Amino acid sequence: MSLGSTPSQTVGPYLSIGLTWEDGPAVVDEATPGAVWIRGVVTDGAGTPVPDALIETWQADPHGRFDHPDDPRGAQPGFRGFGRCPTNDDGEYGILTQVPGPLPGEAPHIDVSVFARGMLHRVVTRIYFPENADANAADEVLASVPEERRDTLIATRTGDGYRFDVRLQGEGETVFFDV
Amino acid sequence: MTTVSSSESGLALPSYRRDPEGTHPPLDSPGYKSTSLRHPQQPLVLLPHKLTEVTGPLLGPGRLGELDHDLTRQHAGEPQGQRIIVHGRLLDGDGRPVPNSLVEIWQANAGGRYRHKWDNWPSPIDPNFTGVGRTITDNEGRYEFVTIKPGAYPWKNHDNAWRPAHIHFSVFGTAFTQRLVTQMYFPDDPLFFQDPIFNSVPDEKARQRMISRYDHSRTMPEWALGFEFDIVLRGRDATPFENDEEDE
Repeated sequence: MSLGSTPSQTVGPYLSIGLTWEDGPAVVDEATPGAVWIRGVVTDGAGTPVPDALIETWQADPHGRFDHPDDPRGAQPGFRGFGRCPTNDDGEYGILTQVPGPLPGEAPHIDVSVFARGMLHRVVTRIYFPENADANAADEVLASVPEERRDTLIATRTGDGYRFDVRLQGEGETVFFDV
Repeated sequence: MTTVSSSESGLALPSYRRDPEGTHPPLDSPGYKSTSLRHPQQPLVLLPHKLTEVTGPLLGPGRLGELDHDLTRQHAGEPQGQRIIVHGRLLDGDGRPVPNSLVEIWQANAGGRYRHKWDNWPSPIDPNFTGVGRTITDNEGRYEFVTIKPGAYPWKNHDNAWRPAHIHFSVFGTAFTQRLVTQMYFPDDPLFFQDPIFNSVPDEKARQRMISRYDHSRTMPEWALGFEFDIVLRGRDATPFENDEEDE
């Protein structure tokens, strides 16, 4: 039996009442060794911050494992791997997590979904880390992205972690993937 | 390509079918004005399904409060409006139920007003209605909410624009590839014709899949009307794991 998928629709302007969790931004506890904040701003095609977006993240643990039965290496229990944070009135989000470990044949990365009013479907991007220059250079997905746009996928270092901005449209537009 | 079998990793991973053209709305949908500055202009880059994409958050009962599935019992009194039961199944594209999976909903009250700081159109807040629900699908992928029928509400997208009554649904499935946020509509809504969000879905049959079905068998006498809404997530391509192993 093959069934047609239910179509996507926008989260609308009031997504924050339905999709906000108190512990959403904390993939790990603040006290976790190596915990970092990944923060950024979501902006639209006019460069205006988007105050009604939601960022969701999904990633491996620091050893590159997932707590999931479809990880053929076996589930590694205990790491939630998932973060979500609505943007604030200035378009800012923040996710507290640990940097993921490398995956077989892939540089460490985090998958990101962006939802917002005015977006009828999520867009998907990836966060890579600046300290992994060699692994990034060998990464098949990064290599498939036009070279001049690759840096939109690489976070920059900050005092307490990383910065990763999302530009939905126009100059410096973030690379988005067809999943 | 039915499996991604990386020689570097030695991992055979499932791959999820891509939906046919027209199933989902284009991000650039000029009829819905807010899309104009919020859609990418560069082409999307094809992402192969690797470990991060074929896994996903499995969010379970730990996230639920006792009354999260009953939006009519979250306050001291009952909310205004038509009491309804919304139920259905979470399925993948092969008709397999997705069990133990988080379903989140949010909606306007009976007068079409959301309990959100930016919703200020002149229809009253209902002190007995928050409009937010959560539940987990059972072993057969079933979910059920008790709520009230949301009202239509005006917005400024075009002249005399009104959103048809709808409930927002958020589901995860079991893989990052399956993440879906959609809206459930009600049968025979007279506002469909002028709604650019509903009509943004190009394929007529796909659009109809967003409309719930009135379900008399689940209507409770002298209590509540029943509506059925199944949600279908992407299915997997055939995954010849066993064959692969035999070949090796």
